[in-house]
Amino acid sequence: MTSMYLDLIRIRFLMMLAYRVNYYSGIVIYAVNIGAYFFFWHAIYGDQEAIRGFTLAQMTTYVAVTWMARAFYFNNLDREIANEVRDGSVAIQFIRPYNYLLVKLFQGFGEGLFRLLLFMTPGLVVVCLIFPIELPRDPAVWLLYAVMLVFSFIINAELNLLTGMGAFYIENVDGLLRMKRVFIDLFSGVLVPIALFPGWLAALSEWLPFQAIAYLPSAVFTGRSTGDEALAAIGLQAAWAVVLIIPIMLMWRAARKRLFVQGG
Amino acid sequence: MQPAIEVHELRKTFKVQRNREGLAGALRDLFRREYVEVTAVKDISFTIPQGEICGYIGENGAGKSTTIKMLAGILVPTSGTVRVAGYVPWRERERFVRNIGVVFGQRSQLWWDIGVIESFRLLRKVYRVPMADYRRRLDELVERLQLGDLLNRPVRKLSLGQRMRCELVASLLHNPSILFLDEPTIGLDIVVKTEIREFLIRLNREHGTTILLTTHDLQDIEALCSRVIMLDDGRIIYDGGLDELKTRWSRGREIRLQFGEQVALERLERLTADLPGASWQAGRDMTAVLRVPADVNLSDALARVVGSGVDIRDIKFMETSTDEIVREIYKSGSASGAERLVGAT
Repeated sequence: MTSMYLDLIRIRFLMMLAYRVNYYSGIVIYAVNIGAYFFFWHAIYGDQEAIRGFTLAQMTTYVAVTWMARAFYFNNLDREIANEVRDGSVAIQFIRPYNYLLVKLFQGFGEGLFRLLLFMTPGLVVVCLIFPIELPRDPAVWLLYAVMLVFSFIINAELNLLTGMGAFYIENVDGLLRMKRVFIDLFSGVLVPIALFPGWLAALSEWLPFQAIAYLPSAVFTGRSTGDEALAAIGLQAAWAVVLIIPIMLMWRAARKRLFVQGG
Repeated sequence: MQPAIEVHELRKTFKVQRNREGLAGALRDLFRREYVEVTAVKDISFTIPQGEICGYIGENGAGKSTTIKMLAGILVPTSGTVRVAGYVPWRERERFVRNIGVVFGQRSQLWWDIGVIESFRLLRKVYRVPMADYRRRLDELVERLQLGDLLNRPVRKLSLGQRMRCELVASLLHNPSILFLDEPTIGLDIVVKTEIREFLIRLNREHGTTILLTTHDLQDIEALCSRVIMLDDGRIIYDGGLDELKTRWSRGREIRLQFGEQVALERLERLTADLPGASWQAGRDMTAVLRVPADVNLSDALARVVGSGVDIRDIKFMETSTDEIVREIYKSGSASGAERLVGAT
């Protein structure tokens, strides 16, 4: 059983290697994004020391780390599921003795691992050379961050499974998927740290699962959350990872009965 | 011995979105959708014993694929019962599918971007096939389907014929007792078709694999199947042997005669007047066709014509092909023809 899932990760790794142009263009896109945000924040800070407790160095580190983390947890599971449902190839998934959603999750993990090793790590080294970034010195923070990254992946993947399954109910889910992506990028704190949100929006995002994907781990990594606060952040992530299983199970059970295989 | 497949009063209804016409309709669709129910399979029942090769035929949209998908555990039936290899397919799906192999002619179950052998290795793990069994089966299948040098190529670089042979291997690695084939020979050339047919016959004979296949190519049916189930508009209109189907629906045999002179139709008709059911039809260029029902002795009919002293240059015998028979049945529709057929079995 486990060997099957390990193999799924391996295969996805191989598939990512098969498309090298995607890999190189991904590096360029991320580098451009990080660079653009660096100059953007640089301009905003001007002569100011700090904005809402964020120093420019912290902000730069936050941006770089958050985007690098995004490389790991981001995947297109939602689109993959939607496409498979739409073109009917999901039928093939049902003739295999495995759980479709788990398989998707592990494929996403294979993709994430690929980008973590061949993308995030070298990327972070390059970014550190170019921009003034402060990495934590405490190894415990690194360890904490690694655990939180895994949760980021799980929560993001769960949200992707949920929206992807929308394809069982709606004929064209493109709009839904795009909306979800914007929501995640905004409310997870990739675009702007949640600490800079206006009060009511910050309060709202604390009740949404999105901040658990990027903001919480980055806050720990940049040293804004420490000690008990950091542990509470992990607890919150774990809670969301578990809670999200419920709607997934419900939706999956209903979707099984609704399945309508396109193309006869 | 329990039957391989048991289907009772099986029904599948889909809810299909209906788009209203015009801009006003589209706007109304935006807020409240209208749905129509479409019944693809209408209360069908049949039983297939172990080790049988059964053909499942019907026009596009007759409900063949929907049935196969319910039997394979992909779709959940609206009502009725299904038991395949002793399982209720959709309920115990993960355990059930270890016993079946499925090939969709129009859909690949191999991973598109990686070498064929990588797909096989992954499938071995998915089905938890022991290494020794896997090696033995793979060797056997690779040799029979002559795949040797294809194994390292990515699937996207295979021709359709090569891919289809790989699909067969993929569906058989875990040694299933039942094999579902949904249009396995679609788009293949005659050489590959023949190879695949021979392979399936041998598989059935040596491993006793039960095979249910849908096809539009009736030569598949003639080469493989002892039994045919014919579907029309979600209902079974024929279930029985292929030979029976032929004799019941065949319009008999035709003898095409080429004469050396102009022969009047009345003269010909007089020759066979005492044969019940024999009929003549004049063709172009001094030809005529004699139709003889299946129960009339062919030599009797021929003796009457040849012995009459008419100048005959050429004689051709023709049998109604299965294609023609099936086309005839489709054309006549399910209503009257169907009752006749079902009543006959």
